[in-house]
Amino acid sequence: MEEVKLIGTWPSPFSSRVIWALKLKGIPYEYIEEDLSNKSPMLLQYNPLHKKIPVLVHGGKPIYESAVILQYIEDVWPQNPLLPNDPHERAVARFWVQFAENKVPCIWRLFRTTGGEEQEKVNKESMEMLRALEEHGLRDKKFFGGDKIGIAEIAYGQVAHWLEMIEDLVGVKLIEAHTFPYLHAWTKNFNQVPLIKENLPDYGEMLMYFKRARDNFLTSRGPGM
Amino acid sequence: MKENFLFHNYCYVSVCFFLSDRQVERDVTTSYKSSTPTIEKLRKKEMGEENKVTLYGMWASPFVRRVEIALKIKGIPYEYVEEDLRNKSQFLLQYNPVHKKVPVLVHNGNPIAESLIILEYINETWKNGPKILPEDPFERAKVRFWADFLQQQFLDSLRSATKSSGEAHEKAMKDVFEKLTVFEEGTEGFFPNGTPHFEGENLGFLDIVLCSLFGSHKVGEEALAMKIIDPERHPLIHSWVTAMNELPVVKETLPPHDKMVSFIQSLRGNSLD
Repeated sequence: MEEVKLIGTWPSPFSSRVIWALKLKGIPYEYIEEDLSNKSPMLLQYNPLHKKIPVLVHGGKPIYESAVILQYIEDVWPQNPLLPNDPHERAVARFWVQFAENKVPCIWRLFRTTGGEEQEKVNKESMEMLRALEEHGLRDKKFFGGDKIGIAEIAYGQVAHWLEMIEDLVGVKLIEAHTFPYLHAWTKNFNQVPLIKENLPDYGEMLMYFKRARDNFLTSRGPGM
Repeated sequence: MKENFLFHNYCYVSVCFFLSDRQVERDVTTSYKSSTPTIEKLRKKEMGEENKVTLYGMWASPFVRRVEIALKIKGIPYEYVEEDLRNKSQFLLQYNPVHKKVPVLVHNGNPIAESLIILEYINETWKNGPKILPEDPFERAKVRFWADFLQQQFLDSLRSATKSSGEAHEKAMKDVFEKLTVFEEGTEGFFPNGTPHFEGENLGFLDIVLCSLFGSHKVGEEALAMKIIDPERHPLIHSWVTAMNELPVVKETLPPHDKMVSFIQSLRGNSLD
C-alpha cells in the first residue's frame, strides 16, 4: 500500500475528522503536526493555493478539504464503510455532511462573539441549526445512519466535543437534555465510541488553547466592536 | 451612476441567491396546511411506478439546471415540475423540509436535495451512459474539491459582494475576482492541451457546475451592460464556458435569453424600491 501522510493540527476538528476516518478503517498513516503560525515547506508544497490543513497525502498526491478527504478515503478503502450501501441513504448521509459544512460554522462565529445583538443573532442561528439536526437528521436514531457511526458523525464531531468548549468560553448553553434530547444523547454516544474516545483532543488542553486564541482575537479586534 | 450593487456581477447566480434567501425568510412566517394523506398517496404512486423520476425546479435556477443537464446526458426520462418559489407546493416542503429549496429529485418516491448531491446520486444509480464523476478516486477528489470551491467559497464571496456597498463592496468584488483566478490557476491541469474541448456530450461533474454558474453570463452582460467573464482576465474559464455553450444539451437547458433578461431587470427593479 502506498504511503499515507496526514498534515494537521491537534486542536482542529477538521484534522480530527480525517484521523477518525483513517482509524475506523484501520489505515496506517504518518501524522505531521503543522504550526499554522509558521507554515512548513511541506504544507506549502502540498497545498500551495490554499495553505490549509488538513491535507492527506497518499502516494505523494495531496487531497484537501476534510469533506473531500473523507469521500476519498471511502472511495479508496471500502472496508468499514462510512457511507451506507443504498444510493438514497448515501444521498441522505451526504446531505447531512453538506449541512454541516454550510451551517455548523455558526458555532465558530459564536465563539468570536462577546454579547449583545451580534451574539443573540448567531446564537439563534446556531439553535436553528441544532433544531434541524434534532428533528430531521437524527430524529430518534442513535446515530445519523442508524446503529453505528458513519460519515455524518465524523462531520458533526465538532458539535459533540468542540461545542462544549465554545459554550464554556462564551458562557452560553446550546445543547441541553430537555431542549435537544436526541442530540444530547447523541453527543454522549459519540464521545463514548472507543475509537473516537481515544482520538479526541484533551478537553482541558483544548479549553486553554482556544481561550488563548479567543483572547487574542478579541484583543486585536479592539473595544466597542 | 452607481448601479445597484446587487446585480453588478454574475447576476444569474445572484438572482437565485436573492430569490432563495427571501423565500427562506418568508417561509418562517407562512404556515401551510400539512396534507399527509395527499403526500403519502403521491409517494405510494411514485414508488409504484418503477424508476419514476421527478425533478422539482424553477426555470431560472442554475442549481436546477445542473440536474437537468445530468439527466439529459444520461438519457434518463423525467417529469419536470415547475415550482413557484413565492408559493411553494406542499410536495416541495415535504420533500425538502430542511431547506425548502429546489432542485429536489424524487426517484421511486425517495427525495434527494442539494444539486451536487443529486449529481452524485445520478452517477451512482444509473450506471449506463457517460460517467459524471471520474472513476479514479484522486481525479474524483480533484473535481469534488473544485466544485465545492465554486459552490461554497466562490458563492460566499459573491453573496458578500451582493450584500455590501461602498468600500466593503469594492473589497468583496476584488475577492470574487481573486477566487476566480484561484480557480483558473488550480484547474489548468485538467486541460493538458490548453483548450477545453468536449467529445459529444461528455460533461462531467465540474463542467456541469461551471456551466450552470457561468453559462448564462451573456444574459447578465446584456441586462447590466457589463463584462462578466473577461477572456483577458480569466481566459480558461471563458474558453471552457464557451466550449460548453456550443453543446446541444447545454443549449437545450439554457433559459430563454429574453425571458431571463427581463426577469433580472424586474428583480432589480423590485430591489431598488
